[in-house]
Amino acid sequence: MESKLTNEGVAAKIQAQFGAAVVSVDMPYDMLTMEIAADRMHDLIEWIQSDAELKIGFLTLLGGVHYPNDKGREFAMVYHLHSWTNNFRIRLKAFLPAENPAIATLTDLYEAANWMERETYDFFGIQFNGHPNLVRILNEDSMDYFPMRKEYHLEDATREDKDDRYFGR
Amino acid sequence: MSTFKEDSAYDMPHVGLSNETIDGDIATLNLGPTHPATHGIFQNILQVDGEKILASEQTVGYIHRAFEKLAERRPYNQITPITDRLNYCSSPINNIGWHMTVEKLIGAEMPKRVEYMRVIVMELARIADHLICNSVIGVDTGALTGFTYLFQEREKIYELYEEICGARLTTNVGRIGGFERDFSPEFHRKLEDFLRTFPKVFNEFDSLLSRNRIFMDRTRGAGPISVERALNYGFVGPNLRAAGLDYDVRVMNPYSSYQDFDFSIPVGVAGDTYDRFMVRQEEIRQSLKIIEQAWKNLPEGSYKADIPEFYLPPKEEVYNNMEALIYHFKIVMGETPIPAGEVYHCVEGGNGELGYYLISDGGRSPYRLQFRRPCFIYYQAYPEMIIGQTISDAVLTLSSMNVIAGELDA
Repeated sequence: MESKLTNEGVAAKIQAQFGAAVVSVDMPYDMLTMEIAADRMHDLIEWIQSDAELKIGFLTLLGGVHYPNDKGREFAMVYHLHSWTNNFRIRLKAFLPAENPAIATLTDLYEAANWMERETYDFFGIQFNGHPNLVRILNEDSMDYFPMRKEYHLEDATREDKDDRYFGR
Repeated sequence: MSTFKEDSAYDMPHVGLSNETIDGDIATLNLGPTHPATHGIFQNILQVDGEKILASEQTVGYIHRAFEKLAERRPYNQITPITDRLNYCSSPINNIGWHMTVEKLIGAEMPKRVEYMRVIVMELARIADHLICNSVIGVDTGALTGFTYLFQEREKIYELYEEICGARLTTNVGRIGGFERDFSPEFHRKLEDFLRTFPKVFNEFDSLLSRNRIFMDRTRGAGPISVERALNYGFVGPNLRAAGLDYDVRVMNPYSSYQDFDFSIPVGVAGDTYDRFMVRQEEIRQSLKIIEQAWKNLPEGSYKADIPEFYLPPKEEVYNNMEALIYHFKIVMGETPIPAGEVYHCVEGGNGELGYYLISDGGRSPYRLQFRRPCFIYYQAYPEMIIGQTISDAVLTLSSMNVIAGELDA
């Protein structure tokens, strides 16, 4: 099914509506990827859901990414949304600082966001303001760290025989 | 979700039920974690008034194995065995979905023959997946016969997997860049046999349940969900289609040449257990139709793409040819250069849109790999679907949603 919307058209439409909140626009592997100011993310997702032309109304996936070396932008929240009417996919990103990684919850828009946000909190420690029940979901309740953060190595960090440097990187 | 008081009787923050009524009329009942009716390890704490469910709280994560973390430490070809263990009822779909994600990242084109071979394997996996789900719905309504009968057919599918890759359950089938070998003559013989005998057995099973008065009375109206709520809960796959929306990744975003085949997408109306059962029944027939088309029109050509940097060379060349030796070494050591970038790729898994969000920074392992596990997302709707229903309906609803613990907990 061909999409009626184009990446450029949607990007321009969102930029016209949200202006300064759009930090950057990119299209890796032909998928529209926009970085949005974190405080406007919820409004933007609400708007593209209800807009009569875009109708981007299905939350495919949300999750976190940790970039420990990117000062002030240590955490990324990545949202994949899909318009089934137009067969159009969009990826939205917001970067959050390590001191206060918090963003508005989507649970008021999508029930599906509930567990995905809990999982993101569980593994990255990102806070979702307004979430009805933001507690750990896959890890045990007594865990006192967020295991998907890059500082927690899967293997013993002192072990050097598997260091990337030994493979020319 | 829960209509009960905040103060929890359990020392678990995620459980918000009260047990103050234990001596009253309302009882607390644990459905799981190791209850036979859950068909996997996850817990539902139900509050019941007699047979009627008043509230439900879920606990998941009993078999969490940190796949996303593991993936950040493994070379790309070593991630395939991880994907086996997501939805282990249809491992080949997970494997091939992952191969296609990496192929999208490196920009590799597959020969037509590979795509058709993949379609055959994936549709066999879909049949195996749906067979288990539907026959288990039968078991949970008290009809064990169909289950034991159909397991013989599933065994034939597993023998077909064995012919392709040597494994049965956790298949690790195929490679990045195609298959490790072509379909053997024995495979073709067994597939021919399967396509000839299966429809008859399947129709027998169908006649046992589909129009069975008792089965229909038990399943109709059990655990219904409206299409609006299903969408909001992120439903995909047969569960969504049972509610009446015809979203299917194979049609919406065709991959692996699905656009070449003629098949239809069955939809239900009520979104209840009966509709979920019927949608899966029809999908099995459609999958058979796809396999027949792909098998009859299997294109000539290679069973692998020409991407020597990613696809292991034949062993005799490794011993006799310097280039092949270098490629072999680099692939085995996870030394192959991978472009930096991010891709999202999805396939229609047994339970619907199975997605892979992959961020590569050019290193030997993904920087971040996130799986879109359909089970995990739609299982949230379970309390809403069973509140007001009876315990026996809750069991049916659970089996008809096809919640696979491996996919649920990653």
